[in-house]
Amino acid sequence: MTDTLLKMRGVKLEGRSDETWNPIINGVDLTLAKGEVLGLIGESGAGKSTLGLAAMGFTRDGVRISEGSVEFDGIDLLKASAAVKRGLLGKRIAYVAQSAAASFNPAHRLMEQHVEGPTQHGVMSKAESEADGIELYRKLRLPDPESIGFRYPHQVSGGQLQRAMTAMAMSCRPDLIIFDEPTTALDVTTQIEVLASIRDIVEQFNTAAIYITHDLAVVAQMADRIKVLLKGDEVETADTRTMLSAPTQEYTKSLWAVRSFERPLKAPVIASAVPSVSVQNVDAAYGKVPVLHDVSFDMHEGRTVAVVGESGSGKSTTARCITGLLPPTSGQIAFNGEVMPADYRKRSKDQLRQVQMIYQMADTALNPRMSIGEIIARPVQFYMGLTGKQKRARVDKLLDQIELEPSEYYNRLPSELSGGQKQRIGIARALAAEPKFIICDEVTSALDQLVAEGILRLLARLQDTLGLSYMFITHDLATVRAIADEVVVMKDGRVVEAGPKAEMFKPPHHPYTDLLLSSVPEMDPDWLTNLLQERGVDNIGDAAVGKM
Amino acid sequence: MSTILTILVALVVMGGIAWVLRFAGQQVTNGAPFFRDMSFGVSFGYVLGVVVLAWLAWGFMQSRSSDPAIANKFFFLGVAIKGFVIFSIAAWLFRLLGRTVGTDWTRKMFRQMPLTASFGILAIIVYAIFAIFAGAIAPYGQDEIIQGVAANIIPGGDPAMGGDPAFPLGTDQIGRDILSRLIYGAQNTVGIAFITTMLAFFLGGSLGFLAAVVGGWTDQILSRGVDVLMAIPSLIFALLLMTIASVWSSRLGIPLTVFMVLIIALIDSTRVFRLARAVGQNIVVMDYIEAAKLRGEGMGYLVFKEILPNATAPLLAEFGLRFCFVFLTIASLSFLGVGIQPPLADWGTMVRDLAAFINFAQFAPLAATAPLLAASAIALLTVAVNFVVDWMLHKTSGLKE
Repeated sequence: MTDTLLKMRGVKLEGRSDETWNPIINGVDLTLAKGEVLGLIGESGAGKSTLGLAAMGFTRDGVRISEGSVEFDGIDLLKASAAVKRGLLGKRIAYVAQSAAASFNPAHRLMEQHVEGPTQHGVMSKAESEADGIELYRKLRLPDPESIGFRYPHQVSGGQLQRAMTAMAMSCRPDLIIFDEPTTALDVTTQIEVLASIRDIVEQFNTAAIYITHDLAVVAQMADRIKVLLKGDEVETADTRTMLSAPTQEYTKSLWAVRSFERPLKAPVIASAVPSVSVQNVDAAYGKVPVLHDVSFDMHEGRTVAVVGESGSGKSTTARCITGLLPPTSGQIAFNGEVMPADYRKRSKDQLRQVQMIYQMADTALNPRMSIGEIIARPVQFYMGLTGKQKRARVDKLLDQIELEPSEYYNRLPSELSGGQKQRIGIARALAAEPKFIICDEVTSALDQLVAEGILRLLARLQDTLGLSYMFITHDLATVRAIADEVVVMKDGRVVEAGPKAEMFKPPHHPYTDLLLSSVPEMDPDWLTNLLQERGVDNIGDAAVGKM
Repeated sequence: MSTILTILVALVVMGGIAWVLRFAGQQVTNGAPFFRDMSFGVSFGYVLGVVVLAWLAWGFMQSRSSDPAIANKFFFLGVAIKGFVIFSIAAWLFRLLGRTVGTDWTRKMFRQMPLTASFGILAIIVYAIFAIFAGAIAPYGQDEIIQGVAANIIPGGDPAMGGDPAFPLGTDQIGRDILSRLIYGAQNTVGIAFITTMLAFFLGGSLGFLAAVVGGWTDQILSRGVDVLMAIPSLIFALLLMTIASVWSSRLGIPLTVFMVLIIALIDSTRVFRLARAVGQNIVVMDYIEAAKLRGEGMGYLVFKEILPNATAPLLAEFGLRFCFVFLTIASLSFLGVGIQPPLADWGTMVRDLAAFINFAQFAPLAATAPLLAASAIALLTVAVNFVVDWMLHKTSGLKE
């Protein structure tokens, strides 16, 4: 493929903060041939998305392209007039955003939004475009392609919406599509469907694509070539297979090696031991809709129980029952053999202290108006009654435990911290109550792999030194492998399978566990192709549904 | 007819100039993005802005004309422009002062402050000084009918035009000094409006947050109660309550003004309640609120420590608006005779009392400015408050990013 479609030369991008321009991308070259898929990977803050947008000659507010050139099919996008760019964007260059739910206009039906591009650009008439939309929906394996376009965005699932968005991007048959983390927000089982559909359609129409992601296994399935970014600099570029088998740079090697963290197996639980938390035959409902059916499992001191399942399977609801936010309709929760009041408002201060939570989104879990010191000091004061110097000393010790320098972080606001640091503050706040049991609700899923690994190691170390027990809610099986002692698999509000980790990762499985396990992307670039063949499909959506 | 024609011709000419400007810009700069992507509307806006500025400059020169008839006509435009320029320079100096004097924190604050905000702060400080020291600053009493002085002396203080240097802003219809009444008006109107707004926010804000946090029946009862209050036209409702209060006030010996503050605060708090409840509901679903609830925190802590700091931005914006509305409500009530009672100076009442002079605009422009004095005092304060509120809003919302 010698036909060059996109050529970026020495592109430098700067972002404005505190009244000065700071570099985001320091001169990156990028060449893309027609029909080629380039994977762009790196941690958050590496400038992937900014570079992806710059490939369209577009920058977000407060960002500027200070140097370099972006040439699309012989047209210099940086010098082109607004009118010329209007003619290109949407028609020949399209963009698929990370969160389809946030990118669709909730007030219009899918099809109305789909036909907007082709009719505006005069590519097709409205009727033609609608017929074409149905065809695209069929190719992307959306259920009920004839009528799904008449639904509103909130009436379809996240994975379907992401595919509808890909269809919308394809509507003008562009030469280039930029995918910005299109599957990051999806479950593993849904992710596969979207990945397979995207790959098919890109191949079918010979569209070039830039695929931005932080998930190496995903990019291995999608891309012909991979470019690794680190803090605005290019680390290396190579063919996918070369890159995976023989990375040359240290940083790339470290990215590849991340998935190796695993804790030693612990001795099995003594059968007679009293579990620190025991969930006994719990049923729960939101209003009249039942969500949990007869859920029972035990959690023992100093151990981690991973609860896995896709979204909507009742993982978080179980946690809400344990904390008392959602009193179960039947069944009970016991701490150390003692039955707890179902409603958190009826629990004593000491009972509340024993269960602490760490949340998925550290952004919404920390009050943005309170300093780090205040956030951690509050439970110290509230439960332990410490004030003044004693309180300060305790907070300093907690900050030490989460490996943050107390003098430096005490007075900062959450917005001045990185995602991983915020999550550590969440851990410190939970520890401040000196609990025996902590619920970790998807604590690493919003973080980069390197950062997530740091958090997992910290949690493991704290467990060893403080004898904590964790309930670890996750949908990421790599995390389960890394940290769990026991695994509980949930689906549709029921416990499907439960047992020690070693047993869970060995066949035979419950069919659903099997589906979950096989859906986790692997680094092998042939993995997706093989998997699809194995499931015997060209229609993977049906296969996934059928197996459930 | 000819006026309309003149305006039409002027618009067409301006449109032509705008088109030429854009075209010339493109040719001269060889298609720089600024001119290349400029729409016709933007270009027209530039031309319009220049024309308005030119007209203001022309008006300012007219006000300095030696012919008293012309100078007379543009007298207050000249004063307004002079006042605006002087005040802007003062605001700039004020900001400069703030940047060099004070603690690190205040200096940093002044460094990031836009000129509009320092303009607003300075104006509010000036108003506050006038309000607090009204008794010392005002040359006469607010209800003092000066003996041997004519009523309706024209503002301007120039004997040639019918003014009197002793009364730079003239006297009103029964011979009271307007300047003194304006200064006392700051004390009465601003003070009362400020207290009323604060009270409305305290009441509406805390109840709104309470409804958001507790939900359920509490929310239903509070919200439906507020709906009922809002269903009654607010001015008529205020009048009704004021009529009842006037009976009580004489029986209990409490000044009617106290009742007025309470009544307006109650009526305005319904609007604040709705906003606080809506904002509060968005905050209550955050995980940090859940964490605080699970910790076993009480209602007071939740509302004042967790929710309130995160709701300041929208509440501040509302405060700026609400303050102005309260002002106008007080003025309307005074106009109807149940607000601030006559001998006390109040800007709303002053506008009403002198309103008839506006009819003289065509014959004696200077006389017509008399009612505008109090009106511009209200306008300037409103603008100043909103400048400051805008800036605080920008500052607090910027923190969130």
